[in-house]
Amino acid sequence: MHDVISSLFLNYTFLIVIIGTSIIGSVAGSLGVFAVLRRQSLLGDCIAHAALPGICIAFLISVSKQSWTLLAGAIVAGVIGALLLHLIQEYSELKRDAALGIILSVFFGFGLVLLTYIQSQEISEQSGLNVYLFGNAATLLRNDIYVMGSLGIVVILFLILFWKEFKVVSFDKDFASTLGFPQKRIDFFITFLTVISIVVGLQAVGVVLMSALIIAPAVAARQWTDQLYKMVMLSALFGILSSVSGVIISSLYEKMPTGPVIVIMVSIIVVISLFFAPKRGIFVSYIRHINQKLTIHSDRVLLNLYQFSEVQKDPTFAHDITVLDFVGEGSTLSILNKLKNKKLVYNPRNGYWGLSIKGVKYVKNLLKETKNA
Amino acid sequence: MIENKALITVNDLTVAYKEKPVLWDIDVEIPKGVLLSVVGPNGAGKTTLIKAMLGLIKPAAGTVSFFGQNYKRVRKKIAYIPQRNSVDWDFPTTVIDVVLMGRYGHLGWFSRPGVTDYELAKKALEKVGMEDFFDRQINQLSGGQQQRIFLARALVQDAEIYFMDEPFVGVDIATEKAIVNLLKLLRSDGKTVIVVHHDLQTLKEYFDWVLLLNVRKIACGPVKKVLTPKNLQLTYGGRTFNIGKDVALNLDLD
Repeated sequence: MHDVISSLFLNYTFLIVIIGTSIIGSVAGSLGVFAVLRRQSLLGDCIAHAALPGICIAFLISVSKQSWTLLAGAIVAGVIGALLLHLIQEYSELKRDAALGIILSVFFGFGLVLLTYIQSQEISEQSGLNVYLFGNAATLLRNDIYVMGSLGIVVILFLILFWKEFKVVSFDKDFASTLGFPQKRIDFFITFLTVISIVVGLQAVGVVLMSALIIAPAVAARQWTDQLYKMVMLSALFGILSSVSGVIISSLYEKMPTGPVIVIMVSIIVVISLFFAPKRGIFVSYIRHINQKLTIHSDRVLLNLYQFSEVQKDPTFAHDITVLDFVGEGSTLSILNKLKNKKLVYNPRNGYWGLSIKGVKYVKNLLKETKNA
Repeated sequence: MIENKALITVNDLTVAYKEKPVLWDIDVEIPKGVLLSVVGPNGAGKTTLIKAMLGLIKPAAGTVSFFGQNYKRVRKKIAYIPQRNSVDWDFPTTVIDVVLMGRYGHLGWFSRPGVTDYELAKKALEKVGMEDFFDRQINQLSGGQQQRIFLARALVQDAEIYFMDEPFVGVDIATEKAIVNLLKLLRSDGKTVIVVHHDLQTLKEYFDWVLLLNVRKIACGPVKKVLTPKNLQLTYGGRTFNIGKDVALNLDLD
């Protein structure tokens, strides 16, 4: 297995594939951040599906599988899809999700019809056009890399150039518009760049699953950082990691399509991020929640001890645990044992517990804090 | 052109969503240096009015002019503070970054904020009492703090006219007082402040001018002159009976 991988990296064609998928992952990852932050995650899915008829029509017109022509067709179809979506939303009562669903299914359906038609024709070049459904990174050639690379560089350059404008429009579009930035045009420009970054990945990842590479790395990246530029860089990194590892794994098995494997890889990154990221992770916040609950419970036990002792005039007086259990919410014994470890309580004889001097101080502090709050 | 004393002039402004008019034939003249509150019941078109004045909503008819000019030519002199809840406070950014956005209009396309912009932003944060929060994530802020940094973002715009949409909704008393004090400071600097507001109780205390609105303009002028039982009845319509107590409190005019 190890030998297989190292020999893969030495292989020239495989190097091409790795470079190609790295471009796809980084471009999709960075643009995906803006799609996710502008709550347009599903737009990516819609555009990717909408690109299929564009690819087919470009092929039918040119009868060649030149990347430039096919990608140009995909871009045109993607842009038309996005424009129609905009028009439906502007001029009809349809909700956004319904509009997305309509565009996606109509374009994709039409694309499938065209694809089937092309495959039924006696065109020598037609074989291999169906890689655009689920993607096959192995079909990437040097020429494809040039095309993808130049498109990718253009997208990233625009992202850097318009960074401030994209940021303010994504955060507060009305405000951006009062500053004199044409919010709608900038919004559509971001969508246009998203179309390009999707189209770049279609050959290797496929129209069906390309949207995952737009959405998932950004979602994962959001978990780890609270800063936009860091989120973009992390998202690009996650995009590269998942697409490269997906390509390597899928190349180990014959006829394994790349798209699904890449999606599995990116899903693993998302799941790990959702659960284990510091601050935002589900796991971490669950632990924080439990800790908080424990603190509240033990604070209450200490407070109860203190209040019982007020009758006795000795704050460290030891009480019968049954009384504490009666006013508490159960599991008092385990809480008391933990408090004993912290030296906040003592138990002079079995079943009897009292505050230590340290415990008395702690409770007095607690009472002072709650008074101030 | 005829000499016009009003700083802001709204002429025959009408806005409609689908066929339903939201604002009908509004004529308003606002002089320089007032603290104006736009008041009216829910659905009266308060937010729509300021959005239409700022060109965020396209009116069906009518014109708005600032300093006798079209909004687009003087937008740098006008700052807008949207409703706090109109943005996603989980957006990955820091307090200082949000305040710096107020400089973006002056910076224009492509150029990035520099040292002077940072200094201005920090000063604005000091004015709203948030200087210790400059590198804080915005998702850690309370409602009042969010409103304060929105105000700071408007302050760095160094404008002549300030529009605020419901700045007192969901903020603590301390923030409300702090905002009011800042607004009064702005007014004493000769700035004009227009605030969408809906608390009749505090109207007299906070503002010197009021625009009573309910789809149509009911009245606009100095609070003491305009806030009459009749005008309130016209603004709130039949609902006067429901809010009878509130109105009665506010009718306690000298």
